[in-house]
Amino acid sequence: MTLHDLPELPVSGKDTTDAILKLAVLAVGGQGGGVLTNWITDLARRGGYRAQATSVAGVAQRTGSTIYYVEMTPDTGRDPVFCLSPAPGDVDILIAAELMEAGRAMMRGFVTPDRTTLIASTHRVLATTEKVVPGDGRVDAGPVIEAARSSAYRAVCLDLERAATEVGSVISASLFGALAGSRALPFDRELFEETIRASGRGVEASLRAFDAGFRGATGDRETGTTQSAHSAPAGVSSGENPVPIIAMPKAAPAMDADVPPEGPEHQLDGWKTLTDRIDAFAEPVAGRARRGLAKVVDFQDLAYGAQYLDLLDQAVAGDSAEGEWAFSREAAKYLANALCYDDLIRVADLKTRASRDKRLRREQGVDSDAIVQVTEYFHPRAQEVVGAMPAAMGRWFENRETRMAWLDRRVNKGRRLRTDSLSGFLQLWFVSSLKPWRRRLLRHDQEMAHLNEWFGLALRERAADYRLGVEILRCRRLIKGYSDTHARGLSKFDRVIGGLELLRGRDDAADWLRRLRDAALSDEDGDALDGALRTIASF
Amino acid sequence: MAERSFAKEVKQLRVGDGTVFHGEGILAITKALLENGVGYVGGYQGAPISHLMDVLADAQEILGELGVHFEASASEATAAASLAASVHYPIRGAVTFKSTVGTNVASDALANLASGGVTGGALVIVGEDYGEGSSIMQERSHAFAMKSQIWLLDPRPNLPSIVKSVGDGFALSEASNTPVMLQVRIRCCHVTGEFTARDNKAPEMTVREALENPTRDVERIVLPPASFKHEHEKIEKRWPAAVKYIKDNQLNENFGPQEAPVGLVIQGGMYNGVIRALQRLGLADIYGDTQVPIYCLNVVYPLIEDEFLGFCQGKKAVLVVEEGQPNYIEQAFGSMLYRAGATVKLCGKDPFPQAGEYTGQVMLESLHAFLAEHAAELLPPTGRASNAPPPATVPALADVVPPRPPSFCTGCPERPIFAATKLVEQELGHHHIASDIGCHLFSINAPFDLGATTMGYGLGPASASALNDKGAARRSISFLGDGGFWHNGLTSSIGNALFNENDNVIVIVDNYYSAATGGQDILSSRAENKTKSTKHPIADAVRGMGVKWVRQIDRTYDVGRIQATLKEALTTDETGPKVIVASSECMLNRQRREKPMVARALNDGKRVLKTRFGVDEDVCTGDHACIRLSGCPSLSVKTLADPLRDDPVAAIDQSCVGCGNCGEVADAAVLCPSFYQADVIHNPTGSDTRRHRRTRRIIDWLQARRDARRLRFAQL
Repeated sequence: MTLHDLPELPVSGKDTTDAILKLAVLAVGGQGGGVLTNWITDLARRGGYRAQATSVAGVAQRTGSTIYYVEMTPDTGRDPVFCLSPAPGDVDILIAAELMEAGRAMMRGFVTPDRTTLIASTHRVLATTEKVVPGDGRVDAGPVIEAARSSAYRAVCLDLERAATEVGSVISASLFGALAGSRALPFDRELFEETIRASGRGVEASLRAFDAGFRGATGDRETGTTQSAHSAPAGVSSGENPVPIIAMPKAAPAMDADVPPEGPEHQLDGWKTLTDRIDAFAEPVAGRARRGLAKVVDFQDLAYGAQYLDLLDQAVAGDSAEGEWAFSREAAKYLANALCYDDLIRVADLKTRASRDKRLRREQGVDSDAIVQVTEYFHPRAQEVVGAMPAAMGRWFENRETRMAWLDRRVNKGRRLRTDSLSGFLQLWFVSSLKPWRRRLLRHDQEMAHLNEWFGLALRERAADYRLGVEILRCRRLIKGYSDTHARGLSKFDRVIGGLELLRGRDDAADWLRRLRDAALSDEDGDALDGALRTIASF
Repeated sequence: MAERSFAKEVKQLRVGDGTVFHGEGILAITKALLENGVGYVGGYQGAPISHLMDVLADAQEILGELGVHFEASASEATAAASLAASVHYPIRGAVTFKSTVGTNVASDALANLASGGVTGGALVIVGEDYGEGSSIMQERSHAFAMKSQIWLLDPRPNLPSIVKSVGDGFALSEASNTPVMLQVRIRCCHVTGEFTARDNKAPEMTVREALENPTRDVERIVLPPASFKHEHEKIEKRWPAAVKYIKDNQLNENFGPQEAPVGLVIQGGMYNGVIRALQRLGLADIYGDTQVPIYCLNVVYPLIEDEFLGFCQGKKAVLVVEEGQPNYIEQAFGSMLYRAGATVKLCGKDPFPQAGEYTGQVMLESLHAFLAEHAAELLPPTGRASNAPPPATVPALADVVPPRPPSFCTGCPERPIFAATKLVEQELGHHHIASDIGCHLFSINAPFDLGATTMGYGLGPASASALNDKGAARRSISFLGDGGFWHNGLTSSIGNALFNENDNVIVIVDNYYSAATGGQDILSSRAENKTKSTKHPIADAVRGMGVKWVRQIDRTYDVGRIQATLKEALTTDETGPKVIVASSECMLNRQRREKPMVARALNDGKRVLKTRFGVDEDVCTGDHACIRLSGCPSLSVKTLADPLRDDPVAAIDQSCVGCGNCGEVADAAVLCPSFYQADVIHNPTGSDTRRHRRTRRIIDWLQARRDARRLRFAQL
């Protein structure tokens, strides 16, 4: 940043545009970059500056990256020649309305340590390529934050999206507040607020978000009303960057698994018996096991919880602190997930709970009195229905394609249930009431067979290669979803585990199995997995 | 009605002499047209001049008062052809469209217009869609000007210069009986600024007066022998007249000192970029007072030979700053210098790169290189090396920062069409898919990854026309928007397929507007439009042409139905083109239309149903199959607090508009039961409340009963 004295006459060798303040806004289409830009140019004019704004807002580009650019200089009565687009190394203030847009700005050279005040919202608007990955395709924000720290003269990075939505406004207002709070522009806070008022729409909400942004940018040190522009650190001469304000959005706190459940007395006793068994485990295992036990008991009953602990005992038995209990910890996690398979009963149970209604109302922002019509989208196929039959009967259907086809014709169609209506609710209620019989149903048989095979394999492989055993447990992650998605997950699981034949005995077998699993999670069709399997076959 | 309303801004169009006018470039152009007594205006929307059409549409009242006719042309060809009104009649006319694509479409009419010449001033305002932010192939409009001998203006990108060039354009056109193109670049269209206004002027002759007093002159009609005369007339009369007008009125400008070792010859549109580079080199002040002479071409065609040669006099080297390629201007100057036996060194595409936009960095580096080689003494001591800030190392984030191309909006009705297409492909295998111009072209990117080519507006099916073999086991699928359909798809694509007995499948994506260009009305729009005739169904037009297999789908969100229809089209034995018209309103425009109505209804205490979708996070398993069939901005992923879960689950944010795609896709693709649709009843009626209470009581009782019999975990 440079101090904005009156424009100078050209002096050879000096960049005469030091007298021009250059500001770029990078946003995702639809974030209100245009509103912010209008505010900034209006603010400049109110502050006695000449300003020019340009944009490349393609009309249809509502979800892509967009860029706005503003130049301003004190008004001397003569028309300055402003530029129409930002140049690398020549931007004083860079406002990014999303973290990766800040990254994009840095890649384009719009953020440089000699001059650029970077004001960025650290929230993420995920790109499509991040969201479509079957596993977790979200990029690591760390390098962008690191780059902000080293590339910007000053960095004001905080979650301005949340700051705005918390007070019922939108990010353009909180960014404007952060711009004011950053002191990068030579205008007082009042002038910023006056600009918002003059714009005339949603003024009160905007002012609240402005305040939140302002306070965030000043690190809450001041709520100040008048601050001289000259308190802003003076530009290029400064050797060291001022302390950056960088606050990443907080992750949701992990739920405390130790809150004891509520319920009938005898069940609480039973629960106590089970948790006593867990207390015997080493702490790294016990923490996860408590959580896993709660999940399993919630899924079925206390006896099922005991079954979970029986399985877990096998894992703990051959384990020790030497491997940091990795095998047992992963077993505590994935056994619970495997036991709590996604069947019709579970879905019906979850969707008919009072806690679900509460969560739905919170998500939709309505109170408990509001009337909400809730439509559930179901599409059962013969497989799901057969899975909910007693095992023998289910197999009778399954063993003959014609029977399955007959059944499929009757059940395979989209069903929309209104669970706010009695008839819709009762249908699900009835399905969830099958829970006590679950152990006798075909799906349970199938799931337990698969579980035993997988867990047995992990235990066996552990004997020879501890880390390989751990990785086999982790492959359970591949099995998820319903219908075709579930089938695809199972087939990926089988292909990854199938790779074991080629890996067994190698020192890096565990690493390779991990790579196979990561590959399987990286795309839908399993192309990456095929590639990785070919690599293994070439060994 | 267009996406952006200029109803407020156009009031400024009435201001008179001496008033300072504030606004964007396009608004200034409109005002300039009125100040110059334009008699009719027309054009076709498209970035970067879409808003110019919107401004004109919103300004119809003012236009009407002055007796100016406004035409929302069917295509750029129509727009260009409409300038025929200035052939015999002394009426000033202006049309606008995006270039080069629009100029491509218009070129037949433009060539005919240029051949016969004009009486009234004819101005073609082209929005040059080049460089960052462009959505089309990177070409120059310059070639069109040269091939048809239409004069090309390229004013400096500030409001006073643009406004002046509109007046200059009309006068030049009249002085030389030649149509004139006025080129404005992307950022220039959207640049803000001010200029001093003049009074609006009613046209000297209105279109009504022309209609009532028809005239003709066979000499102006493009048919032999007149067409041969036209060519001579262009060279012998019109060109010299233009050169004289340009010189006499000093349309080109000179800046900086008379005497200097070097000089810059620049396109007017490059002026600000050039000055910025000089400013950064310390050779110009912030007002543009430069130490390096500049010959600024506000008219880039024709070039004025003696002006240029005069500028080169006494200089060692001149640099031509000409963006885009081929470098027509530089070539022409080279030829002039050679013929004049000059020794001045001509530079251009070296040091400038042959191809690509002249960005700030390119401009700075190229000017610096030129000056360092030919006038190092002008550069300050530090400048001889470089006075640009030491190149900061640009962080290596290429592997981190994901690309973010434009895509379908939240709730877009085109999304389910492509979700259905993807599902059909999963079942029947990959097909050759031809795309067209419009929002639907976003199908080529993730998550749909559908579409192989795009050949021009309305040409989707035409671009698949050669892939026409009755023996083939698979059919092609072509997409075409409603905008493209009416632009020329009806004949070039549908008519062609019908005539050539094409058996393939055509999907017409009808979203009630020319949506990608900003939501302008077209023939099939469902809206009432005060000045235009709407509500002409596409399916009727297709049937009227003779297509037998036509399916109209009135709710594109019905993924299952689109899937079934598409499958039928791909497999039916019926011959001839299979045309599916998939219609649902552009969500952006629908929201803009409905939001105020809903707000009013809520205010009035009326019963209003507000729909949004949600995901049951404990049911979702985090496979994201739903996102691979959606890509909706409101459908994202989130991390659960549950340490037993590995992958983030799907989540729908507040911006959801409840279009229904999520539920439909989950159903059609048999995904999972995680989605729920929540319709919140605002201002419920008495019977709503009674029914709700009754049901609630029973459900509460059932839930309490079950909860009392089991362990309840707060954390789950």
